Amino acid sequence: MINIIREPLIFEISSPGKTAVRLPEMDVPEKKDLLADVPLRKEIEGFPEVSETELTRHFVRLSQMNYCVDFGFYPLGSCTMKYNPKINEKVAAMPDFTSGHPLLPEDLVQGNLELMKTLEKLLLEITGMDAITLQPAAGAHGELTGMMLIRAYHTAQGNPRKYVLIPDSAHGTNPSSAHLCGYVVKEIKSNERGTVSLEDLEKEMTEEVAALMLTNPNTLGVFESDICQIADIVHAKGGFLYMDGANLNAMVGVARPGDMKVDVLHLNLHKTFSTPHGGGGPGSGPVAVKRILEPFLPVPVIEEKEGRFHLNYNRPFSIGRVKSFYGHFLVMLKALAYILTLGPRGLREVAEVAVLNSNYIRKSLEGIYHLKYETPTLHECVFSDKFQKDYGVTNLDISKRLLDYGLHPPTMSFPLIVHGALMIEPTETESKRDLDLFIEAMKAIAKEARENPELLKSAPHVTYVRRLDEVLAARNPVLRWEKTG
Amino acid sequence: MYPENLYYTKDHEWLKVEGDEAIIGITDFAQKQLGDIIYVDLPQVGKVLEAHQALASVESVKSVSDVFSPVSGEVIAVNEALSQTPDVINKDPHGEGWIVRIRIKNKEELNNLLKAADYEKYLEGLEH
Amino acid sequence: MSYIPISDRDKMEMLAKIGVNSVEELFSSIPENVRLKKDLNLPAPRSEMEVLDYFTEKGKKNDFSRYLHFLGGGAYEHFIPAVVDYLSSRSEFVTPYTPYQPEVSQGTLQVIFEFQTLICQLTGLDMANASLYDGATGAAEAILMGYRLKNKKRLLVASNVNPQYREVIYTYTKNLGLEVVEIPYDQSGRIDRAGLTASLNDDTSVLLCQSPNYFGVIEDVKSLAELAHNQGALLAVVISEPVSLGLLEAPGKLGADIVTGEAQSFGLPLSFGGPFLGFMACKKEFVRQMPGRIAGQTVDVEGRRGFVLTLSTREQHIRREKATSNICTNQAHCALRATIYLETLGHEGLKKLAWLNLQKAAYAAEQLTSLPGVSRKFSGPVFNEFVLEFPDRWEKIDKKLQEKGILGGLALGHHYSGLENCALITVTEVHHKEKIDAYVQALKEVLS
Repeated sequence: MINIIREPLIFEISSPGKTAVRLPEMDVPEKKDLLADVPLRKEIEGFPEVSETELTRHFVRLSQMNYCVDFGFYPLGSCTMKYNPKINEKVAAMPDFTSGHPLLPEDLVQGNLELMKTLEKLLLEITGMDAITLQPAAGAHGELTGMMLIRAYHTAQGNPRKYVLIPDSAHGTNPSSAHLCGYVVKEIKSNERGTVSLEDLEKEMTEEVAALMLTNPNTLGVFESDICQIADIVHAKGGFLYMDGANLNAMVGVARPGDMKVDVLHLNLHKTFSTPHGGGGPGSGPVAVKRILEPFLPVPVIEEKEGRFHLNYNRPFSIGRVKSFYGHFLVMLKALAYILTLGPRGLREVAEVAVLNSNYIRKSLEGIYHLKYETPTLHECVFSDKFQKDYGVTNLDISKRLLDYGLHPPTMSFPLIVHGALMIEPTETESKRDLDLFIEAMKAIAKEARENPELLKSAPHVTYVRRLDEVLAARNPVLRWEKTG
Repeated sequence: MYPENLYYTKDHEWLKVEGDEAIIGITDFAQKQLGDIIYVDLPQVGKVLEAHQALASVESVKSVSDVFSPVSGEVIAVNEALSQTPDVINKDPHGEGWIVRIRIKNKEELNNLLKAADYEKYLEGLEH
Repeated sequence: MSYIPISDRDKMEMLAKIGVNSVEELFSSIPENVRLKKDLNLPAPRSEMEVLDYFTEKGKKNDFSRYLHFLGGGAYEHFIPAVVDYLSSRSEFVTPYTPYQPEVSQGTLQVIFEFQTLICQLTGLDMANASLYDGATGAAEAILMGYRLKNKKRLLVASNVNPQYREVIYTYTKNLGLEVVEIPYDQSGRIDRAGLTASLNDDTSVLLCQSPNYFGVIEDVKSLAELAHNQGALLAVVISEPVSLGLLEAPGKLGADIVTGEAQSFGLPLSFGGPFLGFMACKKEFVRQMPGRIAGQTVDVEGRRGFVLTLSTREQHIRREKATSNICTNQAHCALRATIYLETLGHEGLKKLAWLNLQKAAYAAEQLTSLPGVSRKFSGPVFNEFVLEFPDRWEKIDKKLQEKGILGGLALGHHYSGLENCALITVTEVHHKEKIDAYVQALKEVLS
């Protein structure tokens, strides 16, 4: 049964006098005039009123309009849309973990603290680093935290420095995080292989540069093979090498950032470590560092002594807090369950098959779509719409047409160094059958681009809504429902 | 193709001299690149600018572009119509889609700008 | 257990297609000297049953479920109706990505649009975003937003704002050369007026206050707004217990320019602190400086109503270093839970919930202060949290109460000098009268 119902907004279903839950009755003597001098509201204008039946149907119908990983292939580059194991969800829903107030006395939450400490240890082993914080709420938050650690170190040396170097292929969160930390961003050009130009780096790396922010493998899926040299150039001038760990899925269990002279990196638990994306979050962005940056980590730091766990707030060099409490605890549990389920071989296999799947797609589509860089790629590859442009078809049209094939499109228009990009990351949890379905669809669309470009330009045709007017949405922003009449 | 009576820059701004004043906007090439324009961030009247300093910014759905002042001067008027109908830049980039009017500080700076023929030649070069 | 659906036969076919002999060859771009020569030193893989056993065993090392607690201070225990877990755990809500392809994400986008609307309705402001990480980072983002709007370096923060929120504000602002000034509180528990007027000048971008504040006291938002506006500054209000908005007048209607806060109370379990849910709303004219994703209404090519992420030029993926914030992944699934929760409660439910909280807290305060030596520390009006002063250091009283199975409140002395004998006590609808009476009885025994 396909949902063909156009689902209204809850406010349009609402009518006065209904509620979907019954609350207990007042069991204490009521006092009038408790808030005599405080402005109170008589009503919450427009607030909905529906029954439980209507509420449930509303959300079930809304859910049916969403594509999701549990439905099909989701090849978004650098997002690592892998399957989200259900045991992780079960663990994170256990009352022992969901019902604890964050400010409970330490003695009463030893289980929680032990789990966090365990995750810390396992992530340090996976990354080859010395110390870690689980506090940041997402990757971008981790980037900001990492940059703050770097800045704190330089400030303690007497000069925070002025610049941060970022490759032109970087994700937008890199420059915005550096900027939020008070740094001026300088772009490093990519060379003809799509990797960091060593000449450009030598030229730009001075003693006024605090750090180089590097994604490895980069957003083209290319491993920065010169990483040790890159690190040496940066270190020679007293700077730090920051690694954006968004693409760790390409090398988990195969190589470790800590062994590549990386000083600080963030991880995305919602990417490599299988926690679900939930429509846009919550994620979790732990930051791992080499010993040199350990004193600056956010407070509190979890310490273990003789089997007891303790939250240490007495850290004089800490950058302070980046968030309330300890981080996304329930997300951490999911990542921990994942690591315990896979074990060391299982994690290595993740990278091996992620790279295998991506290269299989790359080989299958080479020649049909334009590949700007010939360089070998790992877990993702970036094609462009260059061939299809001859027929007036863009990456947008290709993406929209994929929706008609029941597939989610790849990432578009990023990285910026590839015009008309289609960034494909299949991940390791796709079967060969699903990969072949995607390849066949992409081939079919390339053919349609030649023979019937109008079909692509007017796509999608079979989704709940067709192409939406984003210009209208931005020119005349309507960002909330309002009662009319 | 490009109006002869305007000056141009490599950043795709145009400038029309009117006595001691000048009107500034973005070229047809620029508006095509941007796509449907949805918002223009205008400067304050009275703002003093050096040549090449960012004067305004123009937004489409998926991008933002800074508009740089071709010459030094002081902003004496802005095109208020753009706050209601920013798409006039798409429709008439060299006329109704003007962005600011300035008082020119130093007319010698006009010598650094391109004429229509030079700008067209520059555009041809970009396509390769 | 592996989640990899590629068989050995598949591997061979794929390697043949690619034109290599082994998967190893595909990693040739990673230099030999950095490749791992042996397996990571991690625990051996566990079966699903063993994973469950592991976590069950660790869970048992927690020892808090036998206590009756009255803890708040930025995280609140509220009853969560069954529909919230049930509906939010649907695959189609848990496993999609950010709705960048709107045609196949109308579920997510419509939920965001409803969430934004509910936040606007509650706060009395025009526009809201799709979420921030939590109340603390929301407070920091509000301060930075105020600075971007007014461009003046002085930023005022009330000292009775949640200490963790202030710590995060300090962490965020200290690298940016901004001047953050703290405003003291007075014996009512509210912002000290004299202290405020002494610091508020025309070089101030924004005043940030919390209401109800960390002491549970409700601020006079209207007069704070007037004072701020008279000096050309903005008023930002951060709310850590938004159930209060079911009863208190919307800050937007009292003159607040930005309202931000923590929406964990709306359908998120305590979760040992995360993931939580930051929210933000602002006046229409400030929307271009508001951080975070925003969903907007539009139409498709056939004229059907639909929703898209919009005003994206504020965000990092387009504006990069000039973005309003670096936020990318937000708290979308938490916002979904909050949306279900609020729509389940509805108008009457939220108002009643607020009323229950108010009355129960008032009853608890009255009963506890009837004991000798126990008194309200602050005179200002409160919602569901209040500060009591005891005849001895709170640590001592707390310890004895714990022996009786009660966690009676949060210490304040380590954050605020002079409050060593005080505690912050929180009462919500989950505290049946018997539980409150049990606390009173236990305290009575402790004090005698």
